[in-house]
Amino acid sequence: MVNKPIITVKNLVKKYGDFTAVNDISFEVYEGEIFGLLGPNGAGKTTTLEIIETLRDKTSGEISVDGFSIDKDADDIKKRIGVQLQAAGYYPNLNLSELIVLFSGLYGINKTPMEMLEKVALTEKAKAKYKDLSGGQKQRFSIATTLINDPRIIFLDEPTTGLDPQARRNLWDLIREIRNNGTTVVITTHYMDEAEVLCDRVAFIDGGHVIGIDTPDNFIDKLVASGFERPKQVKLANLEDVFINMTGKEWREE
Amino acid sequence: MTTKPKYSNTRATLAIAKASLRSILRSPSAVVFSLVFPLIFIVVFANIGGSGVTVDVGIAKTCDTTNPVYKILRNNQLMNLIKDQSTDEMNKNLSKGSIDAILDIRKNNSPSWITSPLQPTASAIKPPFTINVQYTKASSKGAILKSALNNILYQVSKVMNSNGPQLAEVNETTIQGREYRYIDFILPGMLGFSLLSSGVFGTAFVFLSLRLTLVIKRFFATPVKRYSIVLGEALARIVFALAGALFIIAIGHYAFNFTLIHGFTTVINMLILSAIGLIIFMGFGFTISGVAKNESSVPPFSNIITLPQFLLSGTFFSTAAFPSWLQHISRVLPLTHLNEAMRKVAFEGASLTEVSHQLLILGIWFVGVYVVAVKTFKWE
Repeated sequence: MVNKPIITVKNLVKKYGDFTAVNDISFEVYEGEIFGLLGPNGAGKTTTLEIIETLRDKTSGEISVDGFSIDKDADDIKKRIGVQLQAAGYYPNLNLSELIVLFSGLYGINKTPMEMLEKVALTEKAKAKYKDLSGGQKQRFSIATTLINDPRIIFLDEPTTGLDPQARRNLWDLIREIRNNGTTVVITTHYMDEAEVLCDRVAFIDGGHVIGIDTPDNFIDKLVASGFERPKQVKLANLEDVFINMTGKEWREE
Repeated sequence: MTTKPKYSNTRATLAIAKASLRSILRSPSAVVFSLVFPLIFIVVFANIGGSGVTVDVGIAKTCDTTNPVYKILRNNQLMNLIKDQSTDEMNKNLSKGSIDAILDIRKNNSPSWITSPLQPTASAIKPPFTINVQYTKASSKGAILKSALNNILYQVSKVMNSNGPQLAEVNETTIQGREYRYIDFILPGMLGFSLLSSGVFGTAFVFLSLRLTLVIKRFFATPVKRYSIVLGEALARIVFALAGALFIIAIGHYAFNFTLIHGFTTVINMLILSAIGLIIFMGFGFTISGVAKNESSVPPFSNIITLPQFLLSGTFFSTAAFPSWLQHISRVLPLTHLNEAMRKVAFEGASLTEVSHQLLILGIWFVGVYVVAVKTFKWE
């Protein structure tokens, strides 16, 4: 399979006054993959994402998304992407159905609330308020709003932060399903186990630089080949496996 | 689906307006502030009537002010003597009862009383003064002036000479006037204030919280235009405020006999004024939402805007009772002019062109407020 880039970032720089948040970053995201942006807090992940999402101005560099330049065609890009923001809220006092109606209007797309909620298994919560949902439900609803415009690419900023292991696994399944339906996924996370099982390729970002891009397997193999050894003998299972094994894989509605 | 429909800004705007209206209707504070509060005030004040009795007495241009009767009246705390209105204005105000009486004291040609008050004179001689008083059916407070005048005349004649001639003869007339009830004063005032608080508090809170909870940021990730967000929100607030105004006017009219001179046309004019007022007041709200750092700093800022207008713009009582320096301040405030325009339209049946002076001042406020709002408003 030929890897066709759908997002190209070239020499991206973002400065806030004297502080350089993003310092000459370049990478490509291929069509149909799940691409992970990994790095410690403050590394520039969210800033990079928001620039690609046309929500923030860049200082310099070139970015194209699905063939459109963010400088000239921001509106075309907005129509082709779905964005889930870290910690974003939704319009107050509205239930999930009404929020979907609102977003359908904002995107200018005719979608019924039920068909969108069905994609994320929230039809039973159609009349609930966003603030009354559990953490996992909130994230799934956010993802539903990113899918309204049948986007080519969706961006998920730390979607699994704060979720319990079951809800996390449930969200992974959802993200894989979205990818399998042809949508490219760009995701940030702090959980390396998550990136390892979910992402086709990952980029490590630190101090505003990309310090490595590859598949999780290749990264691990290279590290092992260099003679790295974990101090503690790796067992065939870890504590999270125990947790899931004891409490069950089924995701629970709180 | 072969071709995607062309993106429609109108549709996006209406989607926001619809969402916002739903949200407002479900927010208890919006409903309480715009409907329940004004109604409570109207019910309470319509039943107590005017607060603090003073009799507004217009002094005619031809009135002699050197005579003792005038001097005693001037020192009477109950009497508020009005001299700065033209004859026309005075007559108009008398007929609607915002002036309770017009007084005109004339000196008669034989000033015998002044030169030799104790000299016995023939009873045929005219009394030295003629007092012409005009009362109005539109106000019952004329009676207070009447008894005060009688009292003064009695006291003065007693001091001078019990057998002497009358000091003055009194000519009284009462004009027909439309009864000006307190509801005719308080309802436009409450309506204005309800628009002010809903415009300032509502707009400031909504935009600040949409900004802080990143709702607006999420909107920006869709193709929606900025003006759609502002327009949609404004549209929802105007629809809600006008529905509220209609409700208040209807209750006032049917339950408290609020005067609507030209009926339906008057209501439409009042609604147009309401919309104009609300748009200006929303400008304050936009500014506050930009200046405030968090939700707890919205109420202090909003109170700075609303409280002075609540007290100084003639919401509960006429600004005519204020000392002149305070009147100058109240002449500057936008709510004063909105209230005046509302009262003229509702009670006097003025058309919108007849309140063009008030509209002009509101127009100046509109420009000023939105220049500041555009500079201070923050999207993120």
